[in-house]
Amino acid sequence: MLVPISYYLVLSAILFSIGVAAFLIKRNIITIFMSIELMLNAVNLSFVAFAHHWHQVSGQIFVFFVMVVAAAEAAVGLAIIIAIFRTRNTLDVDKIDLMKL
Amino acid sequence: MNTVPQIFRILPEVILTVTGVLIMLIEPVMPKSASRKSMGWLSVLGTLAALGASLWQYQLPVGTAYFGTIQTDAFSVFFHVLICSIVLVSLLAAISSAPREMDTLGEYFGLVVFGAVGMLFMTSAVELLVVFIGLEISSISTYILAAFRRKSAKGPEAGIKYLLLGSFATAFFLYGIAMLFGATGTTVISQIADRLGSSHLPLLAVAGLGMILIGIGFKVSAAPFQVWTPDVYEGSPSPVVGLMSTAPKAAAFAVLLRILYGALPTLHEYWVPLLWWLSALSMTVGNLGALRQRNVKRLLAYSSIAHAGYLLAAFTALSADGIAAASFYAVTYAAMNVGIFAVVSYAGGYDDRLTLIEDYRGLAYRAPVMGGAMAFFLMSLIGIPFTGGFFGKFYVFSAALHSGFLWLGIIGLLNSGIGAFYYLRLIAALYSKPSEAAPLNQIPRPSFALLLGVFLTVAATLILGIVPGRVLAMAKAGAATFYSVSASK
Repeated sequence: MLVPISYYLVLSAILFSIGVAAFLIKRNIITIFMSIELMLNAVNLSFVAFAHHWHQVSGQIFVFFVMVVAAAEAAVGLAIIIAIFRTRNTLDVDKIDLMKL
Repeated sequence: MNTVPQIFRILPEVILTVTGVLIMLIEPVMPKSASRKSMGWLSVLGTLAALGASLWQYQLPVGTAYFGTIQTDAFSVFFHVLICSIVLVSLLAAISSAPREMDTLGEYFGLVVFGAVGMLFMTSAVELLVVFIGLEISSISTYILAAFRRKSAKGPEAGIKYLLLGSFATAFFLYGIAMLFGATGTTVISQIADRLGSSHLPLLAVAGLGMILIGIGFKVSAAPFQVWTPDVYEGSPSPVVGLMSTAPKAAAFAVLLRILYGALPTLHEYWVPLLWWLSALSMTVGNLGALRQRNVKRLLAYSSIAHAGYLLAAFTALSADGIAAASFYAVTYAAMNVGIFAVVSYAGGYDDRLTLIEDYRGLAYRAPVMGGAMAFFLMSLIGIPFTGGFFGKFYVFSAALHSGFLWLGIIGLLNSGIGAFYYLRLIAALYSKPSEAAPLNQIPRPSFALLLGVFLTVAATLILGIVPGRVLAMAKAGAATFYSVSASK
């Protein structure tokens, strides 16, 4: 049985929306960071689905690069998070408000 | 088909990469007590070489390399030269203002150079995967640079805000690319334009366009995606702010031009109104926000939001003139903004001795050259004739008016008036009598690197204001090659 492409796209859109919602709602920096990873992986799902649809391998190559970039971003992000924890002793975004928005 | 060796098409990027790797190799074996400023001069040399290579690329025939992912044309050369010049001045500002005993200074210069590689790739890429990788190279480098004062309380806060909102924007940008890929089955910019006409999924392409606009809107800090800007600028070291308020934005504008005019010209009835609103909102939010700022770096952050709005106004023109006006504005904005942040990093130092407008009282008496330069940049930001800012605004708004966007022009002119208020307030502070307790007393003599950097930016701003013809002709050449590429398809 073949799963139609729209299923993948809808799932991807749902995952992306969950990521956006979590980014806006969650207060812990690590959780916010995870929601960004969720958004990126939702996009990856779209890429793979479209690559299959068009029989184009470039979509799958894109996914590899997104993973590499996400890993690099996570490395930098966690380093900055450690620096924050050292200076503030908290990871609550509401308390990291030295400069007001 | 290519007679030019492929490596020549990415020569500036290669030179900068080698420079960055050299810095990373030499810096750890230097004696602990040695100043890392020599690494700064090495990166200046590398940037100069890349600048020369970019200029040299101008005589190459227009063409692509590496499987059609990189293109050298007048447009890419224009932005290459611009970005290399910005990096050069911000390196000079960093060399002069960084404390001598700072142990991470070598990494700083390495990161600036690597970030520049990413920005150069963004401007020469004609394939969305390479655009994305360039964007991320430049973004990740600037995230680290923003958090560089890691022991202060504000440094990491600025870094994490920039990183979280930047990655959030990246995810949107990426989703937009995925949708364009889904609608057309390709990620090559010119092929997207070809296939979009016959696409059976035009709605998907429109959604992708929206997502890409959100992503780039964050990167260039256009309202309503500007919330991170003031905080990040306040918490980051001033030389870094000078760099990241100009170079990555110029690269992002180049990407936006390539995508909108190169890949999606057929969708202009969707993106012209969207950009109209982005532009009008950015101008208004930026200028109104700047009015109530007391902190100089925050004020300049809001001013950069407003200037992003002015630049976006040129995008609505839908003509080669509009692209040329946008490119020209990117140059003038970069010259005055890098210059003013060079002065701010001199006066405020690496750890922001001066923050509020009152702290700058009397700077023009204590340091006449630097204070005068700062006042000059502020006048250019207002848009007074005989400065680059005047012609920049003039071309942008005449391009918008020619396309019949009268209201955008009116909103822009009103906003320029509002802008004059807060810039003049800062100029008045510079030339008023210093108070006794002013922290100005610690100001050192300007170093050679700083004088050189400020001289270059003042000269650039003056030249752009008095004889803009040469740069405008180059901007038009960039727009023309690029416009004929998209029009001939």
